Amino acid sequence: MDFVKSALRNRSFMIGAILAAIFVGAALFSFLWTPFDVTKLDIPNKLQDPSAEHWFGTDHFGRDIFSMIMVGARTSIAVAVVAVGIGIILGVPLGLAAAARKDSLLDEIIMRTNDLVFAFPALLIAIMITAVFGPSAINAIIAIGIFNIPVFARLTRGAALSLWTRDFVLSARVAGKNATRISIEHILPNILNLLIVQGSIQFSLGILAEAGLSYVGLGAQPPIPSWGRMLAESQTMISFAPHLAIFPGMAIVLTVLGLNLMGDGLRDLLDPRLRRSRT
Amino acid sequence: MLRYSLKRLLSLGLSLLAASAVIFLAIEVVPGDPASYMLGINAQPDTVAALRAELGLNVSAMERYITWVTGMLTGDFGVSYTYRTPVVDMIGDRILISLPLAIYALTLSTLIAFPAGILAASKRGSAADVSIMGATQLGVAIPNFWFAMLLVVFFAINLRWFSAGGFPGWDKGFFVSMKALTLPAISLALPQASILARVMRSALIDTMNEDFIRTARAKGLTKRQALWRHALRNAMIPVLTIIGLQFSFLLAGAIIIENVFFLPGLGRLVFQSIPQRDLIVVESVVMLLVFAVVVVTFIVDIAYAAVDPRLRGRS
Repeated sequence: MDFVKSALRNRSFMIGAILAAIFVGAALFSFLWTPFDVTKLDIPNKLQDPSAEHWFGTDHFGRDIFSMIMVGARTSIAVAVVAVGIGIILGVPLGLAAAARKDSLLDEIIMRTNDLVFAFPALLIAIMITAVFGPSAINAIIAIGIFNIPVFARLTRGAALSLWTRDFVLSARVAGKNATRISIEHILPNILNLLIVQGSIQFSLGILAEAGLSYVGLGAQPPIPSWGRMLAESQTMISFAPHLAIFPGMAIVLTVLGLNLMGDGLRDLLDPRLRRSRT
Repeated sequence: MLRYSLKRLLSLGLSLLAASAVIFLAIEVVPGDPASYMLGINAQPDTVAALRAELGLNVSAMERYITWVTGMLTGDFGVSYTYRTPVVDMIGDRILISLPLAIYALTLSTLIAFPAGILAASKRGSAADVSIMGATQLGVAIPNFWFAMLLVVFFAINLRWFSAGGFPGWDKGFFVSMKALTLPAISLALPQASILARVMRSALIDTMNEDFIRTARAKGLTKRQALWRHALRNAMIPVLTIIGLQFSFLLAGAIIIENVFFLPGLGRLVFQSIPQRDLIVVESVVMLLVFAVVVVTFIVDIAYAAVDPRLRGRS
């Protein structure tokens, strides 16, 4: 209850959560209803300015931009969520294992592999995957996911290392628990807050990365609507139909801004040190 | 210091070797033979075999890998499958656009971020601080290629101050070329400047709480003097880390921005090569960018150890 109260008082968390909720809501709602069918072409009504009928105007095929942004939110959110999921599912256990066997060969191997992956920006991973398997939303997910693994592995290892020196871990060891059980039962719950905050940051970075990859044609392929590709398609028409570029861009900015504000707010809410100093 | 540098140099070499193996394995060991792709589906088997021999594809993957790596050490990146010209020439022309673009963007980012971060930290909680932090929050959220498109609409199409894209070539004069890189550099610099300003601000605020700043204040320095003479230099460590990291992001990010402005840089080379299955060009460009990332990290590490002896102990 305390958490809910302080969450409601935290301005950046609330603004961020509302923005994020709007776009997640739009993505979910688009499965039930969109103002227009995004797969249907309506050439006579192409490149219309925003109006009462088409709130954000129409594109060069006469498709409703507002509906496309709703459906595009699905792609962005799905790619980012799965990519962060890959990072957490693979990165966190690796980080826990490295911390449990600090300075062992295993730790060394995990951390050096991490450094190696870290030298490949997500875009380069995507280029390599695309060169091999061709462009698709799945390959964008894999590329961003691989990029996320070392992020979570490092964070987990660092946080876990400081916990391993604490008394409650010592008493668990005295009680005869092995390293795996201690990692799962004692370390993991204590770094959960940290993972949630980092997760929200990586989620917003994932949305930006997906947009960038789709923009250069390495992400979702037609006919799946995606914000990045809407921007790519708008580029040749931007001088006479700027609304084609403005609305999808705004969607990306507001979603990312919302997630970042939410992450900042969460950090304040979940960091016990800050909480103690506040009360 | 020398021992530390040698140790770091060894690990630099190992990282590069590992990276080259990853890149080669990922790209080269794939279904789809470049030779049969180039000749089309109706090609005679012996023609394909002849082309394979000419491209050096008829030997084992291990031999090709060794040829590739040893070639790169001597500046020979192989020959493009599609254009039959040395890859090193193709890269050479284009890196003269991508690299200056990244450096230009990094300079802009630093020039914006330092004053903004210092101002925000020194007037913490003021209206200036709040608006700078708000602006950086927005700057981090804006995709750079979208910002680039907005810059084109505003400065190239409406005001006609800049051309909307293309590159005249360095032989047409330094300033003309730099002008063509200005909008791309601004759009690359914006998100990086926002991150850097935030790091600068928090590093300065942390340093201003240190004991040695209290000592400096106690001996009579004003807050302003303490900040400029003592805090700034100590706050540079995290700031330098981020600048080092950003350089590699700028090089990779330039790939996307080059697309917006139709700049013939490394990015456009890669995107042409992928659909043509010109794998050796893709491999070489990716390797070059990874090389840049690893080397910049190395230089930053060495620079720290030179500045701060405490860091030499841990690697």
